[in-house]
Amino acid sequence: MIPLSWYLILSAALFSVGLFGVLSRRNAVAILLGIELMLNSVNINLVAFWRYGNVMHMAGQVFAIIVFAVAAAEVSVGLALVISVYRRRNTVIADEIDLMKW
Amino acid sequence: MTGEQITFLVVALATLGSALMVVTTRNLIHAALWLIATLFSVAVIFALLSASFLAVVQVVVYIGAIAILFIFAVMLTRKDMRDQTPQLNKNWWVGALLAVLTFGGLYALLQGWSGLSRTVADIPSGFDAVAELGTELTSFTGYVLPFEVASVLLVAALVGAVYVAFNPRSGDIRK
Repeated sequence: MIPLSWYLILSAALFSVGLFGVLSRRNAVAILLGIELMLNSVNINLVAFWRYGNVMHMAGQVFAIIVFAVAAAEVSVGLALVISVYRRRNTVIADEIDLMKW
Repeated sequence: MTGEQITFLVVALATLGSALMVVTTRNLIHAALWLIATLFSVAVIFALLSASFLAVVQVVVYIGAIAILFIFAVMLTRKDMRDQTPQLNKNWWVGALLAVLTFGGLYALLQGWSGLSRTVADIPSGFDAVAELGTELTSFTGYVLPFEVASVLLVAALVGAVYVAFNPRSGDIRK
């Protein structure tokens, strides 16, 4: 029998790894990879709470599905922006995309 | 140690190890492939939690669509896969510190919560989670509104993505 805490700690660790990726990578595509890790850790949390709560209430799984849809939307728009920036500025390094920086 | 716990520990180690590779590998194609390993491990976690539908959706949507999209994006922006330049920015230690602090904070928060040692109850016999999920997603007393909002969001995002990524010099869709 797996305690609920194992899932929650795994999820917290995965979230932290994703956060490190978002804050530290230079490449914009790699930053989006970090965001994917964070969204996945949230999904683990949601499904774990569904399973360890009342399984008759499907809210956890429904919310996980909505997170899937939001993740797909976020990736498509994010990668479109990266490709568009690459075409205009010829770089995907986040530090070099500084047109709107004062 | 039951077999279930050993399975969980192995899968959790695979998840965290491949996630660490995603954020530290120099080659972005390899990072995207490690992301696929992470996503697959999360699908196994969903299966362990008896969320069968989500495990399948994780493989089909995340690995089948999102990870492949990432690989395409990496290939289209190949010039910046220069392996000799650093892949982490100069403030990477701040990011590492914040990540460790976040984990420590979440861990400390969890220790003070009384529901942490909650154990799992058996799924009642005759309860079909997939059928129940489908009913909830399409019933007006359930979650039909969030479901439809999510689908509208997805359509809007995809239309926006096509518009943003479209190259005006190579065609005349906008005329």
